[in-house]
Amino acid sequence: MSDKILEIENLTVSFDGFKALNQLNFSMEAGELRVIIGPNGAGKTTFLDVITGKVQPTTGRALFKGKNLRSKSEHRISRLGIGRKFQTPRVYLKLTPRENLDLSCNRHKNVWATLLGRPAQSERRTVAGLLDTIGLATKSDIPAELLSHGEKQRLEIGMLVAQSPDLLLVDEPVAGLTDEETENVGNLLLTLAEDHSIIVIEHDMEFVRQIARQVTVLHQGAVLCEGSMEEVQRNPQVIEVYLGQPEDSDG
Amino acid sequence: MLTSLFNSFFDGISIGSVLLLSALGLAVVFGLMGVINMAHGELMMLGAYTTFVVQNAFKPLGQPWFGAYIFVALIAAFLVTALLGLVLEKGVIRHLYGRPLETLLATWGVSLILQQFVRSVSWVMMLGLVVFCGFFFGAMTLLSRRSHFQRIRGWAITMLLPLSAGIAWAASSTLGQKYQLAVTKPWFGAQNVDVTAPGWLRGGIRLLGAYQMPYVRLFILSLTIICILGMYVFLQRSVWGLRIRAVTQNRSMSACLGIPTQRVDALTFALGSGLAGIAGCAVSLLGSVGPNTGQNYIVDTFMVVVVGGVGKLVGSIAAAMAIGIANYLIGANALSPLVAWFPPLANLLEFFANSSMAKVLVFALIVTFLQFRPAGMFPQKGRTVDA
Amino acid sequence: MADTSPLNAQRPRRLRQTSLMMEVGIVIVIALLILFVVPLLLTAFGQEFRINMLGRFMALAIVALGIDLIWGYTGMLSLGHGVFFSLGGYAFAMFLQLQLPEGELPEFFTLYGVTELPFFWQPFHSLPFALAALILIPALVAALLGYLVFRNRIRGVYFSILTQASLIVFFHFFNSQQELINGTNGLKTDTAKIFDVYAGSDQAQSVFYTLTVVGLVLAYGLCRWLTSGRLGKLLIAIRDDESRVRFSGYNPTGYKVLVFAVSAGLAGIAGALYTVQSGIISPKTMDIAFSIEMVIWVAVGGRASLVGAVLGALTVNFAKSILSEQFPEIWLFFQGALFLIVVTVLPGGFVGWLRTQGQDLFRSLIGRRRRLMTYPRLAEDPEVEYERQNLRN
Repeated sequence: MSDKILEIENLTVSFDGFKALNQLNFSMEAGELRVIIGPNGAGKTTFLDVITGKVQPTTGRALFKGKNLRSKSEHRISRLGIGRKFQTPRVYLKLTPRENLDLSCNRHKNVWATLLGRPAQSERRTVAGLLDTIGLATKSDIPAELLSHGEKQRLEIGMLVAQSPDLLLVDEPVAGLTDEETENVGNLLLTLAEDHSIIVIEHDMEFVRQIARQVTVLHQGAVLCEGSMEEVQRNPQVIEVYLGQPEDSDG
Repeated sequence: MLTSLFNSFFDGISIGSVLLLSALGLAVVFGLMGVINMAHGELMMLGAYTTFVVQNAFKPLGQPWFGAYIFVALIAAFLVTALLGLVLEKGVIRHLYGRPLETLLATWGVSLILQQFVRSVSWVMMLGLVVFCGFFFGAMTLLSRRSHFQRIRGWAITMLLPLSAGIAWAASSTLGQKYQLAVTKPWFGAQNVDVTAPGWLRGGIRLLGAYQMPYVRLFILSLTIICILGMYVFLQRSVWGLRIRAVTQNRSMSACLGIPTQRVDALTFALGSGLAGIAGCAVSLLGSVGPNTGQNYIVDTFMVVVVGGVGKLVGSIAAAMAIGIANYLIGANALSPLVAWFPPLANLLEFFANSSMAKVLVFALIVTFLQFRPAGMFPQKGRTVDA
Repeated sequence: MADTSPLNAQRPRRLRQTSLMMEVGIVIVIALLILFVVPLLLTAFGQEFRINMLGRFMALAIVALGIDLIWGYTGMLSLGHGVFFSLGGYAFAMFLQLQLPEGELPEFFTLYGVTELPFFWQPFHSLPFALAALILIPALVAALLGYLVFRNRIRGVYFSILTQASLIVFFHFFNSQQELINGTNGLKTDTAKIFDVYAGSDQAQSVFYTLTVVGLVLAYGLCRWLTSGRLGKLLIAIRDDESRVRFSGYNPTGYKVLVFAVSAGLAGIAGALYTVQSGIISPKTMDIAFSIEMVIWVAVGGRASLVGAVLGALTVNFAKSILSEQFPEIWLFFQGALFLIVVTVLPGGFVGWLRTQGQDLFRSLIGRRRRLMTYPRLAEDPEVEYERQNLRN
């Protein structure tokens, strides 16, 4: 029980009768890096929505470190130690990267602590270190809206790390990045995987090959198969629904 | 006791139908564009004034013709307000998409201008306005043919604006001096004006007991039903209705599929404004009409939109009826006989038993309702909401 | 203040402290000028009545600060601040009304045949209670309403509409309860006595004027403090992307309730100060138009700029009083046009314009070249280098 960081049991989410997730079962060990792939509409983003509390499951449950996540609001789940990066980078555009990181880094997120507390020296150091890691040290004090797309992606991953969650949910981290940037992000994720549990959702197969150890394939709201990249690639069902047309699968 | 309850129920429905008629246009516009049109009430007011003008034009024609003025007025009110809505959309709202709060403020500005406009509009002012628009937009159109228009645009506006304003002011003040009061007298003035209902709408039919249902109320009720049916058929059966529904659900996808979203917006806004005109025409039958008439309706109609939820006609209908009936039941103190066995509650209802205090209680009920259904009665579901 | 300026690099702490001292100095100097010099000047030009006007408009500037806090920074457009303004005004007016010989009731009660003071008037005999009430009652009402609304993630135009509806509700309540608070007629304050002086007398008025200046300075300080630290950044984050804030582990509800309540408290203070200087509080201050006007003060001055809010409130109100003295017809046209222009052409307001185009215009006027905005080359900035080395060691 306790070594499983995330367990999903018989999870169903339906929107007005349409089942985005259908009797999904999933579990993952602490410290694992898991990549989830699946064609469009397979329910990948809804899957993350349920874990982060944005969408309530219709039936079934999601357990994080043995705690049921049902009817917990997003900020509580986040404080439990689940961080999420969104499909399109969502950083606070009017704030600078430093301020973005500082907000995520804040340990005491209730109203009074935020109002009265001053950033601790250790937090300032963390922020400065992170700015270096994500390569934004020189742009730390301009509004984030002036950053390029790739820089925003990196900033958002930085914000995720600043939260120091136990489980990172990363939705399409390399969408719209150049090859070089993609490799950077891949290396960043691999470094993070050393002391975090990570779930990555990705369409870019090259990238998946670079980082994947365990791959889960979703199809029509349920797990189609699970295993290493080679096993998944050989699976005939997967080939049929997904890898069969590799050319138009990176939508 | 049951009859009185039934009667007040019917009164509530008739209030609700006025509310629904005025909220209908607002709901369609808000559902499609996410735009709260603060000038909606003023569009209603213009519809009411249009009715007044049409009525005066029919007065010399004598009785059989005068009775029919209301139908002409309905059409005229629809056309006038729809046209104004079109201008408003093209001139202001189009530039503010995606900024709902700014749109709200801008339309409030429009509503202030419209209020003062009906107070002080006169022949002189009309002439000045026409001259100004003629010069300014005429010159801008001429200039825009030149190849370097983009470069000189800023200068052109700074030069032309005072120039055409000056010409317009000079023209209208010469006119004003020559003909004096005949042209400077405001058309309507700040006082309220009265619209007399045509003869066949006076009186009413007797329902249960001594209760009388005025024909005017019945007329408005049927007008509301016709409007809703018309909207329904238009939205469900026509090409443009299909486009409107498509844009309501997913704007960017519709744009990708080649639906001219800008024209859909313009059309919807014009339609919503036209409905406001019709509502104004109906309202003018209920009482006198003044520059502030619109203000009395906006808050209630907004409440209809909030309670009903976005994007579904049935939500607006249910919400308007619920608010109308609740307002009437509380305001007329129709419920207290039912709870007479429990004096504290009866006393409480007694306290809220006038039209002002009924609003207080209804608002409390609305806020309570929103605790359970924050997105209204008929919310849209799915992943796209609150992305 | 300079939060939105891209050029405002974070400076070392020492530099920031000096600029803070400068700001405090400037504010104090301006306050002293308004307190002592401006009244003398206005009297010298025979415009004595403008002193009272300035006092009232500075009270309104306090409201503008509150509106800026919730709209400019947090992105919540309240159209119902007239409620909080009036609650503050009524709270203090009730205290003034009760400054009577023992056993007497305020005059209007006898008109409606009320012989006993309603229970909720009783505590207003005490000055400390009245002072606390004029801040806390609006703040608590706002906190309650805000909690009920924000808790359900109702926001944007829905929030605006609900605040407007609550405004109407309060209007109807105050307007129709003649036996309780004198309905439409409102409560007069200038004939009431406070510390044995008529509230309408010159002596009392000059005290109120001073209090208003002090109140404005304190309100500015409070807002400045709230918006400068982490909380201020978080408010901006809530404005830009509220649902993202949740995933960072913050619950926006608490923050929004807090700023809404603070803003309402400021409006309450402003209402009380305005009431004693205009001599009456009535349900008219809960007119729909007045509450939206408050928003336009901020919009004209510049959103997310506290100085802008104050300047906007003062200029718009003076423009209003001058225009409606000269051409009463034009004022509504002008105000309507102001809404349209500010929203479409000048979304940053006057201060926003000064920070961007205004500077360029000024530079081109004095014959210097336009400033070019490029990607800042902070890597070569010694300050940044210094900071990095200091923090990493």
